[in-house]
Amino acid sequence: MFDREQLERISELKEMWEKELEDLKEREQPAETVSGQPIKMLYTPLDTGALDYETELGFPGRYPYTRGVQPNMYRGRLWTMRQFSGFGDAYDSNRRYRYLLEQGQTGLSVAFDMPTLMGYDSDSDRSIGEVGRCGVAVDSLKDMEILFDQIPLDQVTTSMTINGPAAILWCMYLATAEKQGVSLDRVGGTIQNDILKEYTAQKSWIFPPEPSMRLITDIFAFASDHVPKWNTISISGYHIREAGSTAVQELAFTLADGFAYVEAGINAGLDVDRFAPRLSFFFNSHSDFFEEVCKYRAARRIWARRMKEKYGAKDSRSLKMRFHTQTAGCSLTAQDPENNIVRTAYEALSAVLGGTQSLHTNSMDEVLALPTEKAVKIALRTQQILAYETGVANTIDPLAGSYFVEAMTDKMEAGAEEYFQKIDDLGGVLPAIDHGFFQQEIADAAYEYQKAVDRGDRIVVGVNRYCSGEAPEIEILKIDPEVERKQLERLQRLKEERDGNRVSACLEELKRCAVSGENLIPKILEAVRAYATEGEITAALKEVFGEYKEKPLF
Amino acid sequence: MEDRTIRVLVAKPGLDGHDRGVKVVARGLRDAGMEVIYTGLHQTPQQVVETALQEDVDVVGLSILSGAHMTLVPRIKEMLKENGLDDVLLLVGGIIPEEDAEKLTSEGHADRVFTPGEPLKKITACIFDWFKAKPGS
Amino acid sequence: MQQLVEDLLAGNRRAAARLISKVENDEPEKRELLQEIFPCTGNAYVIGVTGAPGSGKSSLVDCLLQQMRSENLKVGVIGVDPTSPFSGGAILGDRIRMQDHALDQDVFIRSMGTRGSLGGLARATREAIQVLDAFGKNIILVETVGVGQSEVDIVKTADSTMVVLTPAGGDSVQTIKAGIMEIADLFVVNKADFPGTERTLTEINMMLDMKEDDRWRPPVVRTVSVRGEGIEEVWNSLQEHRRFMEESGRLLEIRRERVRRELTEQVEYLVKNRIWDRVKEQIEFDSLVEKIVLRHRDPYSAAYELLEKIDFYGEADKEGG
Repeated sequence: MFDREQLERISELKEMWEKELEDLKEREQPAETVSGQPIKMLYTPLDTGALDYETELGFPGRYPYTRGVQPNMYRGRLWTMRQFSGFGDAYDSNRRYRYLLEQGQTGLSVAFDMPTLMGYDSDSDRSIGEVGRCGVAVDSLKDMEILFDQIPLDQVTTSMTINGPAAILWCMYLATAEKQGVSLDRVGGTIQNDILKEYTAQKSWIFPPEPSMRLITDIFAFASDHVPKWNTISISGYHIREAGSTAVQELAFTLADGFAYVEAGINAGLDVDRFAPRLSFFFNSHSDFFEEVCKYRAARRIWARRMKEKYGAKDSRSLKMRFHTQTAGCSLTAQDPENNIVRTAYEALSAVLGGTQSLHTNSMDEVLALPTEKAVKIALRTQQILAYETGVANTIDPLAGSYFVEAMTDKMEAGAEEYFQKIDDLGGVLPAIDHGFFQQEIADAAYEYQKAVDRGDRIVVGVNRYCSGEAPEIEILKIDPEVERKQLERLQRLKEERDGNRVSACLEELKRCAVSGENLIPKILEAVRAYATEGEITAALKEVFGEYKEKPLF
Repeated sequence: MEDRTIRVLVAKPGLDGHDRGVKVVARGLRDAGMEVIYTGLHQTPQQVVETALQEDVDVVGLSILSGAHMTLVPRIKEMLKENGLDDVLLLVGGIIPEEDAEKLTSEGHADRVFTPGEPLKKITACIFDWFKAKPGS
Repeated sequence: MQQLVEDLLAGNRRAAARLISKVENDEPEKRELLQEIFPCTGNAYVIGVTGAPGSGKSSLVDCLLQQMRSENLKVGVIGVDPTSPFSGGAILGDRIRMQDHALDQDVFIRSMGTRGSLGGLARATREAIQVLDAFGKNIILVETVGVGQSEVDIVKTADSTMVVLTPAGGDSVQTIKAGIMEIADLFVVNKADFPGTERTLTEINMMLDMKEDDRWRPPVVRTVSVRGEGIEEVWNSLQEHRRFMEESGRLLEIRRERVRRELTEQVEYLVKNRIWDRVKEQIEFDSLVEKIVLRHRDPYSAAYELLEKIDFYGEADKEGG
């Protein structure tokens, strides 16, 4: 962007400026990002001199998509405000979903309870005390029908945070749509379905990696034939970051997982452009404003380049990284929870300036319990104020061209490439998981961060500086213990009323296919329609696939 | 006897997989000179208690972020007692509302509850103070 | 007999746990306790499991546990992890892989930190084995720290030692060179679904071909522990080695060596303690140190002088050992 002569002049001027600095004192707090990346006091054209506009940035909706995936971005349509929620039983959550839609939310996002995430029914002895606690309890198609009662599935898109048993819950959703009379080609939404980050970060796994990858490619294949509007996977950095990673690690590990899914699809015999357009991503928006913006911009560019150059994708939709963002749960503090409203607002701003397609803003009380209706409303209003009052959605990628932002974007990309090399050296993502590489990197970063906070090197307002010492006076959402009892009763009734023989036949057929290697989705759909429970289907698959055991790493 | 190594079991009862906190605490306790036994994820109360027994630990630390603490903690405390492990210091960490924390400690289900954001040294200090005051040490 | 020992012999798991702590913490009643349980020991067969970190030792132990339990054998497991030389603390994570067996009353798992011992075992591993032996375990599996180069203690402790290697990264050759070759009664190549397996197998066999001992050639078994593959063969090989040890008289031989070593150690321990007790009573040790620091004395002659001043048959002798 600058010729050599100009750069030389700038360099001279910079030296003069540096002279002036010599007598000035700097603040004690280290000038680094929340991830520990050192930041210069000033960025100039010297840091971005080589930047080539066309190849590095380009235009929105054009390769390499650094500035955004749509040509008109938010001037066309704002991001989808999608608040993640779910608690209690299907009736409770159904009420909350309808409330959110009435409040102007534009898409649904389902949180399941722990037993559902782990493939256990509510009546399993592993589920005691967990039913409906941190999400909604879903055991069978029956619960799914109640969950979406009076919500037209041809008009609302739904994102479901489900991984190990993703295929089962997805089939329940599809069967619910069928019952509403909505054909599968009109159903839209997302399942998280990202098992790789479960082994490295979120730790809600069921089966070992290989059969899990097979379930995922089965979903890819089935969706591309029958549910074309469905996002079959949401490759997630969110949990990697929550587990304690740095921003570069989040970027690198998430994209590495993404490429691993692409390779799995290709190895399963699918054409890359047949499934890649339905891959989507999910990032964390942490507290370091510029680092986050640059992370999103770098992510789009890396994805586009690799998809085109390494995997030979030709369909432009395969090159576009679309992503959902959630503000960082781990940046919230239990001390002075109202401060979390402010944190969340800044984090939301960086997600929007980074060009996210949809956004969840955390509620201030989520570090204490599930959010109350009031807290959820403030969180949603935060997004609405951002969208309609601040003016940041008026122009596309407004931070582009900033010396700092462009230099940082390049640095994030380079950092990610270094990690890709390390992962390749270990033989790829699966061997690296087996090696414990990701797990160890994340655990180390988490510990370093905690030590920095404990030492006071990293300031967290209300925690190690400016503590008011007051006990939080905020309302807490309580889950009625009756939920568990009622859910058990409903499950019991279902088991008595359904056709038990049909259920057993479906499960037998499922096991046969698990061994034979046929696509499992039609069989799971059949079992779900017969009201086989999630726990029964999971148990049948465990018989064939076995269970994953974690690696002891600290 | 007075400088013998303190043994701590850190456990993840229940189904949630959020192990960032438990691993950071494990490392913090190790760096404070303790022997830390980790159960791994997704443990039942029975597994936690039996492990505490076999490993003959001084302290049991439970990490629960799934909201199941009001069920799991009293159950584990009860089973510790049944197995003669009354003298074990029982600490709990996780997403636990003030009201629940108060109930857990005042009713004797747990000795102390830590919530997100608390510094490591507070946990280690709690253990050292208890150990020093403990009869027979 | 002490209550704790009675409880141990009656099968009380808490007593076993408490006893191990007492020997591990070097509590005053340790010797008496070990003395009391000694008559009930000598029945367990001890299997050592060693290999580099990440080779899947815990996972293999977990699989072996399952195999042994299917034959109704009572099993003790001791997992050793390194103690930090800086803090004195340790994270003991071996049992994570074995938690499926936590509720099996006939399995007892204990984690130990090395606490300053350098040979791959904890300071009190041998005593802990005695406790589990008296507790009635048929087999005791000992998983070492697994740093690769200093796993010398396990051979002195185990009746059979298996060395676990993986094909990954090509470190196998180095490990073998580092002296692990001599201690293996059985080689396990774990993660044998990874590339490089054949090469690793060949390398081990080549090394074995050069070995002189023709009485026992260590079998080389390939496993994929995460899928439970090859475990039966590992178990069969271990049993075969045990038969060889028993029939060839080798077991008696190494156990005799072990007792000899232990007796020597005990005598040295007592002598050492006795000397130091006297030294503390009779000599101003610290002032001697000061003199040496100031170069007024040398440590060699000072040591002689210390010994000469000691009255080995003095008053304190009445107490006995």
